[in-house]
This record gives sequence, structure tokens and C-alpha cells, in this order.
Amino acid sequence: MGKSTVVPFGPQHPVLPEPIHFDLELEDEKVVKAIPSIGYVHRGLEKLVEKRGFQEYVYVAERVCGICSFGHGWGYSKAIEGLMEIEIPKRAEYLRTIWHEISRLHSHLLWAGLGADALGFESLFMQCWRIRETILDIIEQTTGGRVIFSVCKVGGVRRDIPDQELKEIVKRLDALKKEIDGVADIFLNDETIHARLKGVGTVTYDEAVALGCVGPTARASGVPQDYRIGDEGGAYKELGFTPVLATEGDCFARVKVRLLELYQSLDIIKGCVENMPAGDIAVPVKGFPPAAEYFTRVEQPRGEAVYYVKGNKTKNLERFRLRTPTNANIPVLVKMLQGCDLADVPNIILTIDPCISCCER
Amino acid sequence: MSYIKKSPWLVHYDGSSCNGCDIEVLACLTPLYDVERFGIVNTGNPKHADIFLVTGGVNTQNLPVVKQIYEQIPEPKVVIAVGTCACSGGVFRDCYNMLGGMDKAIPVDVYVPGCAARPESIIDGVVKGLSVLEEKQKALAVPVREKQALRERELEPEVAINKSQEAGK
Repeated sequence: MGKSTVVPFGPQHPVLPEPIHFDLELEDEKVVKAIPSIGYVHRGLEKLVEKRGFQEYVYVAERVCGICSFGHGWGYSKAIEGLMEIEIPKRAEYLRTIWHEISRLHSHLLWAGLGADALGFESLFMQCWRIRETILDIIEQTTGGRVIFSVCKVGGVRRDIPDQELKEIVKRLDALKKEIDGVADIFLNDETIHARLKGVGTVTYDEAVALGCVGPTARASGVPQDYRIGDEGGAYKELGFTPVLATEGDCFARVKVRLLELYQSLDIIKGCVENMPAGDIAVPVKGFPPAAEYFTRVEQPRGEAVYYVKGNKTKNLERFRLRTPTNANIPVLVKMLQGCDLADVPNIILTIDPCISCCER
Repeated sequence: MSYIKKSPWLVHYDGSSCNGCDIEVLACLTPLYDVERFGIVNTGNPKHADIFLVTGGVNTQNLPVVKQIYEQIPEPKVVIAVGTCACSGGVFRDCYNMLGGMDKAIPVDVYVPGCAARPESIIDGVVKGLSVLEEKQKALAVPVREKQALRERELEPEVAINKSQEAGK
């Protein structure tokens, strides 16, 4: 065994679109210890709640992260609605669910591309991002933005999608399904991908539970943890929902879970369109949040995000706290990196789907 | 622009943004926009790059990293601030640890507004950056010529000595 050396990884690194830093302690080619350091994207958004009005803050919440922006806007609005006891129209819930699942499709395809890039599979990266543009077109058509939706507000949504347009969207998603089949086939059956990912970065069920990981990372280790199961908000409860699970817990299982979730999201959108209730899309919001606390959760593409709000009878909230999925997945990432090869580090980091700007806010 | 004189390589770094602009920067490279057909390559190495695409309003921890990458890019270089928060701080302007704008950290040549900046406007920014790059190149070329002139002047005494030696023979 050679002498141990420390190799810095990040914050500027070709596989990372966002800055995070790891000190990797190596013995020969094996990583014996990984020490993460974060804070490169910390903006202090939770504190900003003291300077922005509670309705105005929705747009800041959407900019916690550019990839899961709709989910954050929804989570924040849901928390305020809970705090102020506002009941929002059913159509708004369904529209929110549709947009949230569309954003999951875009997030998972984006991740699939980056994951393929980390493997060195450049053409697959390009294919995934090509497919993703269809989703972005749908987002642009329905909301006006490509990555920041700005359609969620306290009390409902800002825009309606006409029923005719919804049906067209379903048709386009059906065409997209065939494209996803092609990509999924490569991911699930290609020999090189099996060789790179199977048995790498394994997390057992017990470790996943003990380290408190969330989202597809937890589900790939067989933990049936998905907030959509018991969600009172959104249309999940009415449509019925079973999470996608895998038991292996390695990098390949995490890839598999996310790819199968793509199909699940397509089905959820279809279900929403078929059962879309008629009616209003928003209710007026009057008054200020009461001096009380409330917390709620949303299943983001990367896992469960927890939103806590505390009002004080003024325009501004007293406290907003957000626990994001990447934050919960970093302990398990450190565990995965122990004992892996240096060349596998990018794969392993990418398979938890890190979203650093969510993580640091 | 009828043709590109130079295929610029760029380095991209997230200087504390929400990563909405970062995924749009990456979207420029992928099949729908595909800037690689012009030879524009996203490189991971700052020393290979001509253009620095930087997003976000820079927080205090990220400041030294941004400066370090900027210093490593060889001259002539162009800095393009992508997104509203790189231009002015945007929605994060009032946050306690944000500098509020990329120009507070490093000199910026082209500003690309938008939250998030659209791929079309990012490509437009890069095209504008190319003309800035050309100007900078020309400006750099003058001192080089001057240096050459200086070198020739320094050479003169040697030439004189050689000539006198030749004359001595």
C-alpha cells in the first residue's frame, strides 16, 4: 500500500456544472476518505424572506434552483397556503401536478445526459439533451419560460392550460416516449454502461436508512420513500401512485430508477389530463400570515424537500427554512466514495444527481 | 457576421447562480443549438480557453475561485457575464453574502441579460464577445511589434561589433 495523497476535486471540474469541492484521500488508486466542502453557491435565500413580501418571495423560492424551480415555488406556496389555511381550487392542484411532473422529466433527462457525459459517453449525452428540448418546448408553450416557470403563486397558479392544448401535449409526450425508449435501451442494456456502473458505489438498505438519504438514491436501495405516496397536495392521491424501487443500491440501480421514473411521470401527466377538473385556477389571498408555524414537503426530482415557514402577522415572514434533497444525500455520497477507484468518482457523484444550488441555497 | 475568423474555446463556471443559466449554457452545446459546429468547444481547462462564460453574482467563498480561473486564462481573453444576477445581482442583490454582479469580481466585457438567459441570447453574447476578442488581439499585437523593434535596436551594437570584427579581419 502506497503513501496516502490528497487529490482535490472541484470546485471547477469538467463533469460538474456546479461548484462543489471534495478532498479525496487516496491510497494508490483507491479513495479512502472523501471530505466535502460546500458553500460556493450559498446565497442566503432563507434570510431574504425578511426583505421580501410573502407573496413576492415565490419568485425568489423558484430561483433556489434552476432545475427544480417549479417544485420550490410549489413547496413554498403550499407552506404559505397551509399557514394561512387557504384551500386552492382543484384545477390548480392538477395543473401544478402536471408542471411538476414535466419538470421532473426535464430534470431526469438533464441528469441522464450529464451522467452519460461523466461516463465518457458523449453521444448519449447529446441524445438525452436533444430529447429534453421537446419538454422545454412544452414548458415554454405553457408558461413562457424555459427553465424558470413563474406560474405558481400563493393561492393557485397564474396561467391555465386549455383542455385542447393539454390533449396536444399528451400527443407530443406519446411521441417522446418512443425517443425515451431508445435512450433507456442504451442505458439499461449497453455493456460498457454495465461495466462502469454495476457494483460501483453500493449502498445497502440499512445504510440508506441510517444515513437518511432521500429520493431516487434511497429508492435504488429499496427504501420505499416517496412523498408522492401520501401527498395531500397535487393529484397523486386521487390518481394512485406506487414508487419505482430497485434493490441493488449501486450506481446502475440509481440510473434504472430514474429512467423508469420518466415513464411514470408520463403516465401521471396522462392521468391528470384525463381527469382534469374544470373550474378556477386561483383564489384571492387576503391578509398576512398569522403568527404560527407550518411545514410541508414536496417530492422533488432529487428527493424529498421540506419547507418550514413561520409568520408574524406582517407582510414578511419571520423564518423560512428549506431542507433540500441534495443536502440529505451528501452523507451517503461520502460513504459511497470510500473505497472506490479514483476514476469512478465522477460517476458516483453524478448518480446522486447533485444539485448544489439547491443544497446551499 | 459572415464567418468566424476564430473558433473560440470557452470555459464555463458557476459563480453562485441558481444554475438555471448554467443548464442553458450547456443547452447551447447540445443538438438543437449546437455551437460546436462553429468549433466552439466547452473546455474544462482555463488555460485552453479564450472566453470565460460566468454565471451568478459571486458570493464571498466563490470570489477567489472566479479570480483564479480568470487569471489562468491566457491573454487575450473575454469575460461574458451570463444572466441577470451576473449582470447586476438580480434577485440575489439583497442577499448578505453576494457581491451583486460579476463586474465586482473581475472585468466583464459582454453582459447577457435574462433570468434565465436564453440559449439564443447566450450565443449572441458569445458572437459579440468574438469581436471584443479580435479588438483585444489587435491591441496586444502593437506591443509585440514594439518589442520586436526594441529587440532589433538591442541587436544593433552586436551587429556593429560583428561588422568591426569583419573589418579587422
